[in-house]
Amino acid sequence: MARSTAVANGRTASAAPSFGAYMRGFWHQRSTLAFLMCMPLILIIGGLVVYPFFYSINLSLLNKSETHYVGLGNFIFLFGRSTFWMVVRQSILFTFTAVFFKAVIGFICAHLIHNVHERGQRIWRGLSLVPWVIPPALSTLGWWWLFDPTYSAINWLLEAMGGPHIPWLSQTFWARTAVILVNIWYGSPFFLIMYLAALKSIPEELYDAAKVDGASAVQRLLYVTLPMLRNIVAITMLFSTIVTFANFDIVRVLTGGGPRNTTHMFGTYAFHLGIQSGDVPLGAAVALFMFPILAVFAFFILRDVRQRASRV
Amino acid sequence: MATQVAPSASAAFTRGKSRGDRRWALYASYFFLMLFIIFFLFPPYYMLITSFKTDQEISSLAGNPWIINGKVTLDHYTNLLFNTAFPTYFKNTVIVTFCTVAISMVVSILAAYSLARMRFFGSTLLATGVFLSYLVPETLLFIPLFKIVGGLHLLNSYWGLVLVYPIIAVPFCTWILIGYFSSIPRELDEAALIDGCNHLQMLLKIFIPVALPGIIAATIFAFTVSWAEFLYPLAFVYSEDQLVLTAGTVTTLIRGDVYHWGGLMAGALLAAAPPVILYAFLMDYYIAGLTSGATKG
Repeated sequence: MARSTAVANGRTASAAPSFGAYMRGFWHQRSTLAFLMCMPLILIIGGLVVYPFFYSINLSLLNKSETHYVGLGNFIFLFGRSTFWMVVRQSILFTFTAVFFKAVIGFICAHLIHNVHERGQRIWRGLSLVPWVIPPALSTLGWWWLFDPTYSAINWLLEAMGGPHIPWLSQTFWARTAVILVNIWYGSPFFLIMYLAALKSIPEELYDAAKVDGASAVQRLLYVTLPMLRNIVAITMLFSTIVTFANFDIVRVLTGGGPRNTTHMFGTYAFHLGIQSGDVPLGAAVALFMFPILAVFAFFILRDVRQRASRV
Repeated sequence: MATQVAPSASAAFTRGKSRGDRRWALYASYFFLMLFIIFFLFPPYYMLITSFKTDQEISSLAGNPWIINGKVTLDHYTNLLFNTAFPTYFKNTVIVTFCTVAISMVVSILAAYSLARMRFFGSTLLATGVFLSYLVPETLLFIPLFKIVGGLHLLNSYWGLVLVYPIIAVPFCTWILIGYFSSIPRELDEAALIDGCNHLQMLLKIFIPVALPGIIAATIFAFTVSWAEFLYPLAFVYSEDQLVLTAGTVTTLIRGDVYHWGGLMAGALLAAAPPVILYAFLMDYYIAGLTSGATKG
């Protein structure tokens, strides 16, 4: 193998010495090597993000059997459907409610863990990250069983405390509450970890100085902790907004979009239309509706990350 | 609020009071922390005890559902392992995850080395592209990918998943590795160059050992996301011999109208066990990977 390539190289070199020398110089250039090392990455991003994106636009302009172009027909059709507008409203409601509660719970928990004895912090942190580690499709199965209409263990607890019997997954309001609750349960640990890491990085001297100046606990929170955390809070919320907005696993497993499509998000609705009902172009059109919203959030994240990078 | 003591109070009193306050605050912290931990852990706890209950107990409405009242049984687990397609799902998941992790790590280590240390035409654009593709959620592009995988005749095969999975791991791994590699002092490279190292030797003998924590964090990330992936297998694969754990457990262990809750919970727990066990042993790397995604760069 080695010898045959050597011979081949020799032959090309003798046939066209100037070209061979040029090629050798080209191959030995740092930038060429650097580009070659990035080649697999470029292929993956090109083949699995860039190409599918344009292909998706193309698909969304076709008719159901993908035989001819219908222009914006799929989009116009969606605009006329009340289900689609419900999906839009539910996606926005779901995202904002879930991100808000995840941020609040993550913030409170991070402070609580930061407050307790140093020795125990590792264990508390370890335990509170468990929801984030279990694959969400599988942990949602557990929630599904907790919400079972007949055997619901949550209802058993509520009734034992004199509360009502809640129709968790069969009534719109409760089904929406349920999917949001599960998303909060799954996502809060991420906020917790980000905030805790940021809290640990605030120098203790700032608090000592504030104490000497007579700042109360609330004032220390408002004028020391929050300004120091502002950046990480912003970036974590932006990240989480994208992930929550594009949620699929939880809704798919817990309600499948029901009752009467009221818990569908863009992702599950696109799956329902494109894969299950076999209308691929319509599904692609639904998924593409996420793009402008995602692009806005991606823009802000990129700006924040750049700012952080230039400051450090 | 409570620390605002009137200036007339004596120093000793102030200290005593604030120490009392602090102890009270500590107890309150433990109490509320306990409540949150209960909130975080009760679903997996309930799954665990359900998986040990007999079918008879699960289907009876009497008694406290939060404890095991009757006999503890392992039937659901043995049934799962010997009478269902679960072991096949497990094998498929291991193959798909192993291939994805291997591909992702090779691709992202090479690219991150190049992007962190060498310049070429368009390298900053590519770094931004990597970050943006990390922000692209899988629900945006799964339909065209479905068509592409179908066009390659890889639908309903786990090799189709191996083809698509790298996109969920590679951008993030590359991104955090660029951060780790950039933090290595340039003096190390220069010393190695003077000693006659080429780029491959430099990568293998300096960058990989020095940035090992970052590489472990990236590997754990790649493992976790490919193990947990649900949308792609649900959309691309449907036959029992090709399914992976997540989609297989959700779609096939639910049989008809009678849900086999014990078996379903046992399946979900066994399927979730590898990432949870890995996390228990490598928690610090896991957290390092999580936090460096947004902070490095």
